[in-house]
Order: sequence, then structure tokens, then C-alpha cells
Amino acid sequence: MNLSYLFDAAHWDLGASGSIPQLLLSHLWYVILALAIGTVIALPVGLYIGHTGRGSFIAINAGNAGRSLPTLGLLMLMVTLLGLGLLPVLIALTVLVIPPILTSAYAGLRSLDPQVVDAARGVGMRPWQVLTRVELPMALPVLMSGFRSATLQVVATATVAAAVGLGGLGRLLIDGLAVNDYSRVLAGAIVVAVLAVLLDLVLAFAQRWIVSPGLRVSR
Amino acid sequence: MITFDDVVKVYPGGGTAVDHVSLEVPTGKTTVFVGPSGCGKTTSLRMINRMISPTSGRVLIDGEDVAGQDEALLRRGIGYVIQHAGLFPHRTVLDNVATVPVLLGKTRREARAAALGLLERVGLAPEFAQRYPAQLSGGQQQRVGVARALAADPPIMLMDEPFSAVDPVVREGLHREFLRLQKDLGKTIAMVTHDIDEAIKLGDLVVIFRQGGIVAQIGTPQELLSDPADEFVAEFVGRDRGLRSLSFDTAAELPVKPVPAELVVDEAGRPLGWRTGADDVRPTGGTFTSADTLRLVADLAILSPVGIAVRVDADGKADGITPHHDLADYLAARRG
Ligand SMILES: Nc1ncnc2c1ncn2[C@@H]1O[C@H](COP(=O)(O)OP(=O)(O)OP(=O)(O)O)[C@@H](O)[C@H]1O
Ligand SMILES: [Mg+2]
Repeated sequence: MNLSYLFDAAHWDLGASGSIPQLLLSHLWYVILALAIGTVIALPVGLYIGHTGRGSFIAINAGNAGRSLPTLGLLMLMVTLLGLGLLPVLIALTVLVIPPILTSAYAGLRSLDPQVVDAARGVGMRPWQVLTRVELPMALPVLMSGFRSATLQVVATATVAAAVGLGGLGRLLIDGLAVNDYSRVLAGAIVVAVLAVLLDLVLAFAQRWIVSPGLRVSR
Repeated sequence: MITFDDVVKVYPGGGTAVDHVSLEVPTGKTTVFVGPSGCGKTTSLRMINRMISPTSGRVLIDGEDVAGQDEALLRRGIGYVIQHAGLFPHRTVLDNVATVPVLLGKTRREARAAALGLLERVGLAPEFAQRYPAQLSGGQQQRVGVARALAADPPIMLMDEPFSAVDPVVREGLHREFLRLQKDLGKTIAMVTHDIDEAIKLGDLVVIFRQGGIVAQIGTPQELLSDPADEFVAEFVGRDRGLRSLSFDTAAELPVKPVPAELVVDEAGRPLGWRTGADDVRPTGGTFTSADTLRLVADLAILSPVGIAVRVDADGKADGITPHHDLADYLAARRG
């Protein structure tokens, strides 16, 4: 096993189909789509449950169910139901993204000091204002950690797209294994890992940017 | 004026927290709800701004039932100082204070400018404006809590143990500032405390609750001290209520005797001390004027080396003395 595939300039040609940059971009595209759809679904549900306290069992069970669901199995099921294409892949990845976001939104709101929420109502905020001006900003640290773990998981798991004929960095792994080109497999693993670390860094930076400094002060 | 009309609050599974309470919180005055822990003070207070709704009975503000009013609008019109301040940790001190004006439609800029002035009002230097609540001491947080409640200049203020999280010295200072502010602002204030001394000091009217949410007595501090309705109130206001009630009367009518030769004075007639022997002059321990309270006179008589309190005029010149037995006779006659 060696790094020759990774460092071969020919594999970094932007124009060539199947080059590392192209696979990287399609991989990133699946990741962003799954995160976006998952957040649009999970965040409102998690916030609603956390804000009202209604249906907490959903939040708790979603966390457990999400961890135990095999993404590859789900993907195969979706492919048999829906046929090949982007849709079954996105469904499988979105299902993976939902639990950590939903659970962290719920846990973030539940962990808030009830006195502060009480104060928000007491000064005359309406329920929506309590949520957007007090609960959400205060829950951001927990929420962001859920989003970051969802990102890490989906970056690693988006390699399954290649198993059903799509692109993404999974191509390097599956094609490499198929032809016993372990240098290619190694290149795929490394690029996936580097992508995960970079995305997490970007999110860590974003978190510092959007979380109020007042929540970072240690007493 | 805030009116409680036969108000009852029963928590589901929690028993009766407020039991048929009827009372009035007069406009422009400070009314203090006081009583042992769990007797329904906070519950009563929070029924005024609809944070809690009564099981039966009505709470009216200037004759209008709060139950029919829009919750959020009602609350924006009532300053609410929450126990332990309840500040928003993610907002700066300035933005905490600006909260209600912004809700009422002011621009953030206008609200912040006004908030800065308010910080000064409650005795916080402008450099605190950009800090976050976690960077303040308990006493400073409570000041911010008061400033936040005052920000929209509401006619009514609800204050739940606003001075509880601080030590006695700081509390003393906050009390003084509270009295000074209230003298300027003349708000209608309903305040909760479990400290009877605080109630007597700050309240124009004091409502004493007993266990089970029952009002034991309503009256001015003086009425409660001089004429407690029952054993519970007498016990609650304290065994030393006789001495404390002296705080409400001045020494204006207290008779004095002429200054004797034993009182050593300087050229201007200011007392230096008592001559208790040929070379022995002992300090008087302090003096009073006719504007001071009888409590101070009693204190001076007790502390004086010869048992005599010395009165001075506006220039500090000794103009009379009151021996402790004269004071005792005066108080006895006054009571009789
Ligand atoms: N949400 C609730 N559910 C059930 N019981 C409650 C609730 N809130 C308060 N109580 C009960 O109602 C009674 C009055 O409570 P309240 O908070 O008004 O007391 P308080 O006089 O303010 O006491 P403290 O001085 O300890 O703050 C207490 O016995 C309390 O246990
Ligand atoms: Mg209370």
C-alpha cells in the first residue's frame, strides 16, 4: 500500500471525470443536501418539542433509533423501492442526519435555566419571541455540537453513494477494492478524513462567530 | 391601583397557595408582601401580570380585570424584577436593559441610548454596559434587573425579592438607592420579601401572609409594630418591635433639661465629653437633633457613659440633655 495514487497529478485534473476534485465536489454536494434537508426537518421538530415539552419521547427515541439504523441496509431498501438515483441516497443520508440534530435541539432547549425563559415571558415576549430571541441563541452551543456530529457522520457515510452507482469519494474505495488498487483505497480514505476535519474546523469557527460571548464566560 | 378581589389559587396537586385574598396596592406607593417561605407571596405577585392565573376571583388594574388583557402587552406595561435577576446571559448588560423598549417598537439604537442613562440611575458605571451578566456580581446583576424593569418607564413595578442575593452591607446600599429612586419616580410597586425588616423599611403598606396563603394583616409598618392583629403577626414582626417602632417618631416633642456643667463643650458650645472625674473626660458617644428618631435617642442614652443623651442644634451646639429615665417616662406617657 502506498500514497502514489493520491499524489499522482493526473488524478487531480479538474476536467477529468472521476478525478479526486470532481469526486470531492459530488461528495460535498451529497453532504450539504443531506444536512440541509435533515436540518429543515429535524430542527423545527426538535425546537417544538424542546419549547413545549410535548412529545419528548419522540426526541429520545429518535436518538436511539438513529444510532441503530444501518445506513447501507436502508439504502438498499430504498433502491429496491425507488430504483437507482440520487433520491434513495439522499433519503438514507437524511435519516442519518436527523437524530443528532433533533436530539440536540431538544436537549439544548431543555437544558436552559427555566428562570431565564420565565424572565423572557415576564418582560412580555410572545412565545415566538421567547424561542427566537432567548431560547435559540442560548441553545446554540448544544445545537452546534449536534450539527457537527451529524456532519462528521454524513461525510463518512456518504461513501455509500458509490455502492449504488453514484459519485463521491466512495468511488475511490469501491473501485479501488474492485481492482485491488489499495493505493486508490488509501487515497479515498485520506481525502474523506481530511474533508471531515476541514468541515469540522469551519463549523467550529462558525460556532465561535454565532454563539454569544456571554455564554462562553466561565464563572 | 391594583386590586385583589377574593383571589384564590389552587395548584393542581399542590394545595391552596393563595386563599381568598382581597387587598389593594395603592397607586404611587410601595406595598410589600411579606411572610414565611411558601405562603403564596410569589404566586400573588405573578397573578398581577398574568404569569399565573387565579383559580377564582379577579385581579384588577385601575378597575380593569387583567384576565381580559393581552398577556404580552400587559407584561410590557409592568416592570418585573425577577428573583435572582433572571438576566439574559447571551445579551450584554445594555441589551438586557433595552429589552422591553425594543419589544415596544423602539429601534435598538434609541433603546440602547436610553438604557445607558438607566444604568447610571441604578448606580452602575457606564463601563458595565458592554459586559455580560456572568461577568457581574450578584448585587450588580440585581441592579441590572431593576434597570431592565424600569426601562419602558412602566407605572407599575413587580419586584420579587429584588435584594435577596446580596450581603447585608450591599443590601443596605440598595435599600437607600431604592428609597431615593422611588421618591423621584413614585411608581406603584408590589414587592415580595421574606425579610420583615426590609418590609418595614421600604413599604408604605405591608401585607403579612401566613402559611396557606392567608393574609394575616395589612397595615402601615407603624400599625403592624404598634398594633399587631394576633400572636402570629406579633411573633413575625419580632420581639423587639417596641424598640423598632421608635424609628417612626422624631425627638421633636421630647422634653430636654438644660445642659449641665459636667458636659464639657468647646468655645462654640459643641459637646466634647462628660467630666466623670478631675482629669477624666469621656466621649458622649454621639448626639441627636430634634429631627432624629426616638430610636437614636434611646441608643445614645444606652451607649452614653453617664446614661444621658445630648441634643444639639443645627450648628452642633449642645442645647439640652435627656437622661434615660426621662426618655422612659416620656415613652410611657406617650403610650398611656
Ligand atoms: N407550579 C406549582 N405547582 C404546585 N405547587 C406550587 C407551584 N408553585 C408554587 N407552589 C406551591 O404554592 C405555595 C406558594 O408558593 P409561592 O412560590 O407563592 O411561595 P412564596 O411565598 O413566594 O415562598 P418563598 O418565600 O419561598 O419564595 C407553596 O407551598 C408552593 O409549594
Ligand atoms: Mg417566592
